[in-house]
Amino acid sequence: MEMPANTVKNDIEDFLKDTGFEATIGLEVHCELKTATKLWCSCKNSFGNEPNTLVCPVCLGLPGSLPVLNKRAVEYAIRIGLALNCTVQNSIFHRKNYFYPDMPKDFQISQYDIPINADGYVTLPDGGSVGIVRAHIEEDTGKSTHFSASGRIHESSATLIDYNRAGIPLVEIVSAPDITSSEMAKAYVTELRNIIVATGATDGKMEEGSMRVDANVSVKRIQDSELGTRCEIKNLNSLRSLGKAINYEIKRQVDNILSGQKVVQQTRHFNEDLNQTVTLRTKEEAEDYRYFPEPDLVPLNPGAAWIEQIKAEMPPLLIERRRMVQDLMRETQEIDQLQSAIAILVDLNLDSVFKQTVGIGANPTIALKRLTNEAANAVEAARNLNPEQFAKLIQLETDNKISTTQSKTILSKMLENPDKTLDILISELNIVSFGEAETTALVEQLIKDKPDEFERFKQGDDKVTQFFIGQIMRLSKGQANGKLVTEILMKKRNQF
Amino acid sequence: MTQDKSFISKEQVLHVAALAKLNLSDQEVTKFTAQLSDILGYANELSELELKDVSPTAHPIELENVFRDDTVLKSIDNSKVIQNAPESLNSQFKVPPILDD
Repeated sequence: MEMPANTVKNDIEDFLKDTGFEATIGLEVHCELKTATKLWCSCKNSFGNEPNTLVCPVCLGLPGSLPVLNKRAVEYAIRIGLALNCTVQNSIFHRKNYFYPDMPKDFQISQYDIPINADGYVTLPDGGSVGIVRAHIEEDTGKSTHFSASGRIHESSATLIDYNRAGIPLVEIVSAPDITSSEMAKAYVTELRNIIVATGATDGKMEEGSMRVDANVSVKRIQDSELGTRCEIKNLNSLRSLGKAINYEIKRQVDNILSGQKVVQQTRHFNEDLNQTVTLRTKEEAEDYRYFPEPDLVPLNPGAAWIEQIKAEMPPLLIERRRMVQDLMRETQEIDQLQSAIAILVDLNLDSVFKQTVGIGANPTIALKRLTNEAANAVEAARNLNPEQFAKLIQLETDNKISTTQSKTILSKMLENPDKTLDILISELNIVSFGEAETTALVEQLIKDKPDEFERFKQGDDKVTQFFIGQIMRLSKGQANGKLVTEILMKKRNQF
Repeated sequence: MTQDKSFISKEQVLHVAALAKLNLSDQEVTKFTAQLSDILGYANELSELELKDVSPTAHPIELENVFRDDTVLKSIDNSKVIQNAPESLNSQFKVPPILDD
């Protein structure tokens, strides 16, 4: 049984208020880089292939093989660092030692005390901010599948390993413990995802596992200055799981303390079916990675010139793209209400077609609404809209030559038929323009035919408006503009 | 007794052995404690040098920024990949069950 999200949210807020506790949350986000090849070898970086077909001696960890750093992966990591306002610095690689069959070398090459990117921040849409401690380069592990006759993990009789994913470049983004609730955690991950996807370095697909989140959660009494013992929840693959796992963990830890027990530092796993976090391992057992500098790799010193070049060549930052749209909407009265539509426009990568369309002279508010509502259902086609034809359509709607309904109908056809001009679409759809003149003629005709109703309307019975709109819609076969009909009726009322 | 000057304790040896999933006999623990202590003692001789003005080195060779272009080359054939695996199933490596994921 699942409670509506709002109830859960309020529940946990009330629970914290009642018990006098507060939560401290830091997130580690792993994202795969969209390089053509893996981090240390020239095997293809690709998802969904036959097992163990994209592997070589390097990513299988065979003796004598040596890693060579992928230059593009470094560029992408630097893009991410720049987009997160980090300092990009000279760094080295370390070996993180642990025995686990998804890591064929028995160590993971990562970065430890000197990461490539450090000390950044993410500004949240509500104006809040989350610090970024580091965003470092490391390699992904292989994929393990637990194999058993019964299909249950805890009864598994063997584990199968596919190393296609081993060695795919990752950037791990570690936030400061600035997050105080599951809602804030979700807002941070959403914004972070949008920022890094906009750099072109990663595709941020949580559902395919190209972006994965671990959450460090601790609780303490509000008056305490020292942070509580933290637990790490591994591999949260959706915003939903992230929110639920954090809320569950906050409640579990507070309950623990209130019942006189101690929170034990451990790694936990979120079980989607049970909606609970369960113990994976305690810290003492596993967290001794004996990091040491990777002797097979030399230092990575990007230098100011290369960093500048990467900055110049990378796609515009998310924040700059939003600002560009906001600038184009400066004159608009409703800009404050349209901020979330602006964010959606940019996230859907429709800001470029928007810019071109408005550049030709289309009304920015109407263009924004059509792109983020109707066109959002066919994003691929919308990105390829012909700005000239689209601008013409917006102009017709702006000038009240066609109704909003007509405009939406034409737009959906335009998206399906990118090669057809607006004129052709209008004639194919039998769209009849019901502009001011045409509509006025219809209204006048109707006033003549229905003098009693018009008399009632004149007396102030506004309900009759609906009757008139209905009649005119019928006469125009649904093509008239209801808003225009109302305006003309009002004008007529004042005239008579 | 060498134990007095040991650079590593028996407990540390047992801890490292546990991390490496090794079961050592008492005899082996004694033997490896002495051997590891010798190695650490040898490395420790460096601390006798005056190194105040030497900056830390991450790598003995003076090289930096060794890169590879992001160009795909052929991976190896799956039959060869699996060839050395003690056990395999459906082109995958088969290993003893792992409970945590």
